Amino acid sequence: MEVIMVKIQIDGTFYEVNPDKNLLHTCLALGFDIPYFCFHPALGSVGACRMCAVKKFANADDKKGRIVMSCMEPVTDGLIISTSDPDIKVFRAAVIESLMTNHPHDCPICDEGGECHLQDMTVMSGHNYRRFVFKKRTYSNQYLGPFIHHEMNRCIQCYRCVRFYRDYAGGRDLAVSGSANHVYFGRQTEGALESEFSGNLIEVCPTGVFTDKTLKEHYTRKWDMTYAPSICIQCSAGCNITVGERYGSVRRILSRYNGAVNGYFLCDRGRFGYLSTNSPERIKGIMVRDPQENIQKEISRDGYLSVINSAIIGKKIAGIGSPVASLEANFALEAMVGRENFYHGIDGEKFDLERTAIQILKNSSVHSPSLKEIERSDAVLILGEDPAISAPMIALAVRQASRNRSIRMAAKSGIPSWNDAAVRELAQKIKSPVFIATPLTTSLDDLAELRYNSPTSDIARLGSVISSIIDKIEPLSAGSDKSLNDIAQRIAGVLMDAENPVIITGLQHNDKKVLQAAANITAALHHNGKKPSISIIFPECNSLGLALMEGGSLDNLFEVILQGDVETLIILENDLYKRADKKKVDSIFKKCKNVIVLDSLLNETSKQADILLPSGTFAESTGTIVSSEGRGQRYYRVLPVNGHIKDSWKHISEMIEITGISKDLHWEHFDDIVASFTDSYPFFSKIREIIPGSEFRFFNEKIARQTIRFSGRTAMNANDSVSEPKPPGDDDSPLSFSMEGYKGVPPSDLVSYYWSPGWNSVQATNKYMDEPYGSAKGGNPGVLLFDHKT
Amino acid sequence: MISILRSIWFTFLHAFHKRETQGYPEKKPYLPPRYRGRIILSRDPDGKERCVACNLCAAACPVDCIALQAANDYNERRYPLFFRINFSRCIFCGFCEEACPTYAIQLIPDFEMGEYDRQNMVYEKENLLISGEGKYHGYNFYKVAGVDMGVKGIGKGENEEPPVDLKDLIH
Repeated sequence: MEVIMVKIQIDGTFYEVNPDKNLLHTCLALGFDIPYFCFHPALGSVGACRMCAVKKFANADDKKGRIVMSCMEPVTDGLIISTSDPDIKVFRAAVIESLMTNHPHDCPICDEGGECHLQDMTVMSGHNYRRFVFKKRTYSNQYLGPFIHHEMNRCIQCYRCVRFYRDYAGGRDLAVSGSANHVYFGRQTEGALESEFSGNLIEVCPTGVFTDKTLKEHYTRKWDMTYAPSICIQCSAGCNITVGERYGSVRRILSRYNGAVNGYFLCDRGRFGYLSTNSPERIKGIMVRDPQENIQKEISRDGYLSVINSAIIGKKIAGIGSPVASLEANFALEAMVGRENFYHGIDGEKFDLERTAIQILKNSSVHSPSLKEIERSDAVLILGEDPAISAPMIALAVRQASRNRSIRMAAKSGIPSWNDAAVRELAQKIKSPVFIATPLTTSLDDLAELRYNSPTSDIARLGSVISSIIDKIEPLSAGSDKSLNDIAQRIAGVLMDAENPVIITGLQHNDKKVLQAAANITAALHHNGKKPSISIIFPECNSLGLALMEGGSLDNLFEVILQGDVETLIILENDLYKRADKKKVDSIFKKCKNVIVLDSLLNETSKQADILLPSGTFAESTGTIVSSEGRGQRYYRVLPVNGHIKDSWKHISEMIEITGISKDLHWEHFDDIVASFTDSYPFFSKIREIIPGSEFRFFNEKIARQTIRFSGRTAMNANDSVSEPKPPGDDDSPLSFSMEGYKGVPPSDLVSYYWSPGWNSVQATNKYMDEPYGSAKGGNPGVLLFDHKT
Repeated sequence: MISILRSIWFTFLHAFHKRETQGYPEKKPYLPPRYRGRIILSRDPDGKERCVACNLCAAACPVDCIALQAANDYNERRYPLFFRINFSRCIFCGFCEEACPTYAIQLIPDFEMGEYDRQNMVYEKENLLISGEGKYHGYNFYKVAGVDMGVKGIGKGENEEPPVDLKDLIH
């Protein structure tokens, strides 16, 4: 739908803007610095904080004007406003002063300090000295679980937390209580927050009421961390993250804006799942099994050379890849052992399922939706998958999709979608249709227009009946079960009425029939002129990427090993005991003379290794992974190469070089392996477009991983040696490991951290996009591997 | 001619002026209390470390010669796990002292820090921490902050009302 732009005048300059947004949103998009608290681009406006005042003039002759809240002001043609009128300045300073009357003297020990929206807005509004001489109101805090620290004294009552937690994310256990000067945000009783999105309170809260408890344990200020753009590896949704590091350990994870995927938010698994990178269980050196004592011992590099030569040269080798390792690491192993000896490291059943899923994604004439597209759909059918468990951010997207009917309804009544409280008040319990057919209950059940909890075989049957009804074919299995038929009729009717319905399914319950039923429904809708899309949730972060490569399943490998003569087995970042029966895995370890494992943590499989190589986690390596959507995205190392820990593909490249088993395979830099990989698999050639390559420079500069105010540079290593070392180099990416480099807004794939003059908090994110909640500047990160259909 | 005689006369008079030569190191010079010399970390009136590991000194430092790590004790009180100043880089500008919100870091009138080995110019917390309050007496940050970190409870401060009773409807 084409938007008719309107002309407005801000501070004497004319702009052509979109009338669907509110005035604050418009001003922020145009780059004006207007202070605000309660407004959030994803949450809409409620007009609670009174900070975003601007002066509106009735016409060109009106010199007096009147103060309005820009977040509650629609943009109309010919609107004339001033953002810097002296009256406004006085007004804003008075508002911030009253908001600050009870704010405690906490900044030095507050974890929000230095990245605090309240600090930024106080400075922006010009409130410098405290005049309030009376006593401050105080609150007791609550224990909110292991992730979130609660410090209610700092609250300025903007209501963002409950609006996110309850309205946006559907949580029920955080609420507001009291009135007037006693308003309190917390739980009814102390206890861990139940929502799987509770971590976003840290970023949503404009001050330090909700702070990261995991960060508190190794607290580092925002400006002191080294950051790298990364991709969450906890599930297949492909959310973009920023990883912060200091003194060699990962300190925290923040969401990185990707307008098509996670937007501003992250789930708790993604946000707090980083602690394993700092685990004492990490493998740090090259370990080799001592045959006499039968324990793994760290050895020198010379020892490693001879051991690896005898384990590989002249031996029959098989390689096991991993759906949690990058495409490059899997490809390096495949190239080393040969395509016929490469196995995916997942059991036969999942392997078959993934093949089926890929057939659906490749062949069907429908489209795999981004999370943003799921948010915009007008009907959702969840078939045999609980996205709240397998990919929580997809569940959050479904929750937003359920609001679309109410937003349309409000539009008919002349209420714009950004007027959040009014839309919700009007809608009451009216929701867009969401149908949930899963074996178990889900946390999305409160949205469901209709729930069908039954074994997956029934769900598959329901799916096939729905597709038969849509295609007007006499269903094979209907008739016997009238209630199932009625449900199918109802779902089919709604899906046919919808414009762009989304079918969400996945591999959670290992049922191929469910997948096929979902594909059939999508195909049937497509035949009937709809624009359906199908979201297939894969089990792990790079499951789809690995499945698109050649190779066999783990079951194939067991057969080969038990019959054949595989002497050396190379296992890449994969705990086989989690993939297959213990007896089977034990038997192949017995059969293979040399087991080489590349992994980052000690687990059952890595404990069995004869040679154990320390591979880097997402924080210590660079690689590309493919999300369920088919989006290839790259993560970059935040920790420089330290000792033996390095990217798995580098270990493999080194093995090839030491043993000399192949003269053709040689990868020095990340670009080399990407080139080699895409030559071998033309399907993936688009991943070369993520960034132009490690030689890429932005305005002739690398892009800095460190902020401009990174402190302690000349003292942090001084205990080891007072002579300062050269900053580590990075040949694998256009990012530098120092504060030197481009400081503005880099291409979205390479954004390490968000900062803008005057905007030290995460709200600076809005400066890195075309308009708040729009797409990232220069396009959203990642490339889509499947052609965009419909 | 007159000019030469005049010069000789003034030179002669100089013999009766006060001597500028200092007897250092036998005789120590007087340095004002606010002289910017060696940096120390002080303690609060209760004898506990004053530094709350806020990192502002490190951020203010123009040569980036201060590095520290925050930690929390059993009362959740914030303190520096380590605090390191590389004096071979320090320019004694005093920005750290100005930035410090708790009077913890102070510059004192001592400048005798010469070392033969540059590595010895790196001072750790045990080298920096003194046992007293330094130049500023009586200030304890945790008594005026809103948090409860084992020094005073929430609502127990001079400027604080007792915590809000959430079950109370009258206010």
